[in-house]
Amino acid sequence: MDNPVSEVQNRRMTHDADILIVGGGLNGPALGLALGDAGFTVTIIDALPAGARGEDAFDGRGYALALASQRLLKAIGVWSAVGDHAQPLLDIRISDGRAGEGPGPFVLEFDHAEIDEGPMGFMVEDRFLSRALLDNVRAHPKVTLLDGETVVAQKVGPASVTLTLGSGKTLTGSMVVGCDGRRSGTAERAAIGRWGHDYGQTSLVCAIDHALPHNGVAHQFFMPPGPLAILPLPGNQSSIVWTETHEDAARIQALSDAEYLEVLRPRFGDFLGEISLAGKRFTYPLNLTVANSFVADRLALVGDAAHGMHPIAGQGLNAGLKDVGALAEVLTLAKRRGEDFGRIDVLERYQEWRRFDVTSMVTMTEATNRLFSNDNPILRGVREIGLGVVNAMPGLRRGFIREAAGLTGDLPKLLQGRQI
Amino acid sequence: MQSTIDPAEVAKFEAMAAEWWDPTGKFKPLHMMNPCRLDYVTTQIAAEFARDLTGPAPFEGLRILDIGCGGGLLSEPMARLGATVVGADAAEGNIKTASVHAEQMGLEIDYRCTMAEALVDEGETFDVVMAMEIVEHVADPQTFLTACQQLLKPGGLMLSSTINRNPKSFMVAIVGAEHVMRWLPKGTHEWSKFITPDELQAMTAETGLRNVDRKGFVFNPITWSWSISDRDLSVNYVTASVKPGA
Repeated sequence: MDNPVSEVQNRRMTHDADILIVGGGLNGPALGLALGDAGFTVTIIDALPAGARGEDAFDGRGYALALASQRLLKAIGVWSAVGDHAQPLLDIRISDGRAGEGPGPFVLEFDHAEIDEGPMGFMVEDRFLSRALLDNVRAHPKVTLLDGETVVAQKVGPASVTLTLGSGKTLTGSMVVGCDGRRSGTAERAAIGRWGHDYGQTSLVCAIDHALPHNGVAHQFFMPPGPLAILPLPGNQSSIVWTETHEDAARIQALSDAEYLEVLRPRFGDFLGEISLAGKRFTYPLNLTVANSFVADRLALVGDAAHGMHPIAGQGLNAGLKDVGALAEVLTLAKRRGEDFGRIDVLERYQEWRRFDVTSMVTMTEATNRLFSNDNPILRGVREIGLGVVNAMPGLRRGFIREAAGLTGDLPKLLQGRQI
Repeated sequence: MQSTIDPAEVAKFEAMAAEWWDPTGKFKPLHMMNPCRLDYVTTQIAAEFARDLTGPAPFEGLRILDIGCGGGLLSEPMARLGATVVGADAAEGNIKTASVHAEQMGLEIDYRCTMAEALVDEGETFDVVMAMEIVEHVADPQTFLTACQQLLKPGGLMLSSTINRNPKSFMVAIVGAEHVMRWLPKGTHEWSKFITPDELQAMTAETGLRNVDRKGFVFNPITWSWSISDRDLSVNYVTASVKPGA
């Protein structure tokens, strides 16, 4: 008997890749690897030229990876190259402070020994994480990296999206993912508006060498101008993130290294002994910017492109990797069902999954920042009572520790360290 | 795909395709249910033919009939998974609509305006026959299911989904979906044509098929989503049966 169509190929339209990812930072490559592992073909478009990321020398930038994020990196095969250079976060101490006075009387302490899962997270330098991600991307048979290319136009059709690059080259895919940061061009080109505001603050970031060991303890001091975090790196080295008003930050950044250290030193006392600068100094103006929608037809936004947050709790990259895990899972399950995975109703499942988490993070961050970044004596009293109460209640404290480790909520499989 | 569409009619069917495939439009209930239906269908086919859904084109080499294919909501996913798909519908408008959409998606699907009995007469056979949300609409279910059985190759898999007949299904599928939510046009379903799972399985057994599974599709109004249930077949349900003699 004749089967009239059995001889013909049933897929006629071919795209350059199933999924086009705009942005070669951290979320873009992580998403590319997760999707490549799931059998999608992926092209990542990075505006920076080859070699611009993951330089050899330490530049002072580091990330506090929550335990869940570390599990995702393990699941996508990146952790083995990063783990040797990672510092486990064993203890987090939070206190109220004022310059020159050191930590306030109520120190809130989160010790990883209170939860079963292990350390709350890991400190990783940018150079090791970037390099490991890009090395894996280059070695992945399903993932292509185009560096030094910008997107100048994007056009959505009934079954595809077409990107025009600065070089004039065009790329088609079933969908595009914007991992292109707070000023996401992918969102802008899709006319997705944003909501947010400037915090009037700038974060100063640097790394220091110190004489005494940190014992894997991370510190966060809530100072009137803004928080100061000391995050332990391997060896006697720590990453410092502190926040000042735009004006003060600009003034401090303009100082010489020696003068800079003189400003920094009294802010956290002498418990790490003598300190000196290691690597470069960076500044990041703080603003909140949340996209009005995380998805559109054949388009999804990930990380800061969807939700750029105040980095007060170090949740920027961790939130981005949660997006990566959720989007990879939604797309993979859709593909296995034979669904058209770029369709808006599929992508809305990703938005639904991430919306609640992002909303609560924005709310918490806003509230925490406003409550702590001031010198009002009444609020200061409330803070001290609040910190003391949390410290006195082991159940509540364990809840915070699991939150910091990223172990709460409806976690995507990759963030549980499982394959999709 | 055979291009039997009059160019003058293309715009009309493009509009109809857009309507069929609009996730928030007229066929929203089908779109909401589709991931759940696809989970069931793909899992059953993969199990029966030992295919790995995590691999590329897992249904390559399988010939699948989607009877009552409508706008192609099941045919397209099957084609995307590598199957050779024939989509059949008695309504010519549906066939043209589905063809236009498959063309837009770049999928090769053999859509035909025909019925199960006619395909039997033409000597067609399939590895899988899907009769989803159709049994409650045919004139004589036993005759229809017999034709489906004849369309299966030995060892082939038959998947049927329909709506149970009880006071709850009347409330949910007719009063709720047609009158309250207006998800479906009034008169879409006739309650007396609903079939209980036992009745359906008795009929498939009567055709000579061996019943291998039955599950419920359950709508959760809190999470606003569908899921597969082992126990709750009280409204929407699906059955799987196999033609012996592979």
